[in-house]
Amino acid sequence: MTQIHVSTTINGDAGEFLCEPDETLLDVLRDRLGLTGAKEGCGTGDCGACSVTVDGRLICSCLMLGAEADGREVTTIEGMANGETLHPLQRKFLEHAALQCGICTPGILVAAKALLEKNPNPTETEARYWLAGNLCRCTGYDKIIRAVMDAAHEMRGA
Amino acid sequence: MALDDKHEADGRVFKVVGTRPVRPDGIDKVTGRARFGADMSMPGMLVGWVLRSPHAHARIRSIDTSKAEALPGVKAVVTRKDFTAESDDVLDNCMAGAKALYDGHAVAAVAAVSAKVAKQALKLIAVDYEVLPHVTDVDEAMKLDAPVLHKDKTDETVPAGMSKNVIQRFEYGHGDVEAGFAEADEIVSRSFKTAATHQGYIEPHACVASMGPDGQADLWVCTQGHYMVRNVCAPMLGMDIGKLRVTASEIGGGFGGKTTVFLEPVALMLSRKSGRPVKMVMTREDVLRATGPTASTSIDVKIGMKKDGTITAGWAEMRYQGGAYPGSPVQFGAMAAFAPYNLKHVKTIGWDVVTNRPKQAAYRAPGAPMGAYVVESVIDELCGNLGLDRLSVRLKNASTEGAKASYGPRFGKIGLTATLEAAKAHPHYSAPLGPSQGRGISCGFWFNFGGDTSVSLSVNNDGTISLSEGNPDIGGSRASMTMMAAEELGIPYDSVRTIIADTSALGQNEVTDGSRVTFAVGLATIKAARDAITKMCSRAAKVWGIDEDAVIWEDGHAKPAGPNAGKFPPMSLAEIAAQASNTGGPIAGHHEVNAEGAGVSFATHMCDAEVDPETGAVKILRYTVFQDAGKAVHPAYVEGQFQGGAVQGIGWALNEEYIYGKDGRLQNPGFLDYRVPVASDLPMIDTVIIEVPNPGHPYGVRGVGETSIVPPLAAVANAVSAAAGVRLTELPMSPPRVLKAIDTARA
Repeated sequence: MTQIHVSTTINGDAGEFLCEPDETLLDVLRDRLGLTGAKEGCGTGDCGACSVTVDGRLICSCLMLGAEADGREVTTIEGMANGETLHPLQRKFLEHAALQCGICTPGILVAAKALLEKNPNPTETEARYWLAGNLCRCTGYDKIIRAVMDAAHEMRGA
Repeated sequence: MALDDKHEADGRVFKVVGTRPVRPDGIDKVTGRARFGADMSMPGMLVGWVLRSPHAHARIRSIDTSKAEALPGVKAVVTRKDFTAESDDVLDNCMAGAKALYDGHAVAAVAAVSAKVAKQALKLIAVDYEVLPHVTDVDEAMKLDAPVLHKDKTDETVPAGMSKNVIQRFEYGHGDVEAGFAEADEIVSRSFKTAATHQGYIEPHACVASMGPDGQADLWVCTQGHYMVRNVCAPMLGMDIGKLRVTASEIGGGFGGKTTVFLEPVALMLSRKSGRPVKMVMTREDVLRATGPTASTSIDVKIGMKKDGTITAGWAEMRYQGGAYPGSPVQFGAMAAFAPYNLKHVKTIGWDVVTNRPKQAAYRAPGAPMGAYVVESVIDELCGNLGLDRLSVRLKNASTEGAKASYGPRFGKIGLTATLEAAKAHPHYSAPLGPSQGRGISCGFWFNFGGDTSVSLSVNNDGTISLSEGNPDIGGSRASMTMMAAEELGIPYDSVRTIIADTSALGQNEVTDGSRVTFAVGLATIKAARDAITKMCSRAAKVWGIDEDAVIWEDGHAKPAGPNAGKFPPMSLAEIAAQASNTGGPIAGHHEVNAEGAGVSFATHMCDAEVDPETGAVKILRYTVFQDAGKAVHPAYVEGQFQGGAVQGIGWALNEEYIYGKDGRLQNPGFLDYRVPVASDLPMIDTVIIEVPNPGHPYGVRGVGETSIVPPLAAVANAVSAAAGVRLTELPMSPPRVLKAIDTARA
């Protein structure tokens, strides 16, 4: 089977890769590009651990083909901090102890960032429904929601 | 230590312990840098895939792997025949022997150059199955005409004439329950069922094995215990334990489910046969079909109560199926069910039963949540029948220091009463409820464990500390170890870096389980720090030319013990470290111990729920956890354990269940249909940390990880039963089940 040549932008950097026609974007990121921040928790779009944004839209990278990234802009957890400066969401997750094992954390941060870009002032209920596609088995979500609300508050003030 | 002794930490002013610093692995985990099981690659690495039985119960007549082996790109194929080690249940579960015992049981594995080739190869493996009748329900499996899984695993505790699927009988208690029931004014007998639930860690099992022709091997794996992985896998491969070095990756949740092996021996065998590193990662479907959920249960319970709320007797008969092999957690269930109550007459009987389901694995306080569910449901019903306050009745009967536990020993210092009093005083308890809303209370108990632990603490030349421990950090334990080391040494938190060392670096460490890590590794960390302090005091004594007994350690400095010892300015840890080479060489502290004295832990949970009488859907409105932590080292992560356990329990109570078809196959092996709680299902989970110091730990720490999942099943069930106006007796309380109960009660 012939591999497909894909030109794309990942975390602001132009890049190219070859992939199989049936290879998911998640597998491309993890296995070909060394971007292992996105995780595979289910492979069926149910857990959100593989969340990335494509042209600003939040998606499960396990449900998108790598070939579909051609000409698009992909942003992953690896693109969230600016050098040594953490994104306010990342900082608030640490301050609020909003992670235990940390496997869901990259996906939740990417999803929460997408929420705040769309809705800088979410209610707790809105934050809970937006993040309903991101499973966390450790925290019971309490500290995650608090961290997101606190980050939103800080970002509005800044 | 005698029970009435003061705790050694009484009056101690902690500087680091009790604060909430950022965890040392935090930045890695919010930036995607942390390396979990599947994030590792090695040069020349192959990928391994497993062929699994589509049958719930089948004899394997033969396996023909020749076509798979001939496929270009396939480098090794493994079946049970490759494992020449003596058979045991764990190996048999990793790779089926004579029979496949459940849907999803591994029968062969392939290592190939790509996942695509490996999956093609699996299709070329021809397994000749003789399909056998199966059984997946615990009560069905105990019937005499049930299909039998094993002919020879029943032990001598099981009376003659029972099904061979009944493996072991347990009995606990004291007094005379019949006499106790005779004293009761009110008796309630009920039968309950709970579904099997999965730990549901978001990270599927993953490992990378690399074995050379010299027989030495390295294994990278997500596990709760890499020492366990080494000790279990090496004999399966016919290796010396010392030749297998296991490194624990970051672990994406375990909850008990990663306390055994599934892929690891297979990956090692594939690596041995192929001569290449082999990576294996489970799919979510593999995780649900073939790793350990906990037991499903069927339980009868009977409790008697006087009009004043005194419980006169408690009795329960508990049947737990633990899947295809012996070892359901019924023993812990039978021990823990009545533990919160100081009873004169109590008896529990437990039956361990096998069925054609995956071998159960530990799940957070294994066996205890189901026991608490039935006991606390019936206590709730008795309180209702007698018109008594539910917290007052629990306080009246609560186990306190010196009480004889239903499972035998007498309790030491325990905090159950303190959790109940905190619950009674909390605004949640008096908050008004609306229509179709109910409030549920439940207590819960877990033993907590200690066990083999090794810690090494190096004093670096610049006065920083490198702390090595051997227990995978699931929920922030590196932060707690760092804090305890800093506290004891009298230096800042940031001066200590804690790592999880591989199996070649330290002595034996038991698995991260039993809520043991903050207790046992914490204890060893404190002792290792004290060992280093003794050595540093001795170095200072040498510099000062005084007796080493004349030096004390205070606030990170060696000081002369008193005016008689001599007048020397205090010498800081950094100053001592800088001179170490000239005063005798490197300085390190270590401690190796089989830690005893893990204090038991109790909790009281309070839950408000609303039931939609039209659909049977349940909404959790408010939830508060009151739990004894002994001493909360990092309170934020203690709260996190309380909250996480409560929510897993809510999922168990409301949504989660293994659903088997008539064909014995699992019908919901995915997160869409095996539905764990999501953010929009839940309110905030409030927490109240109670601190009744554990005499067995220098700072009073008790494990907190498991107790928190024990009460929620009953707390939610009691809330739902109150809201629905009918007693619910089967978990999960899914909408159809709740609706049926409401309709039946109305009819």
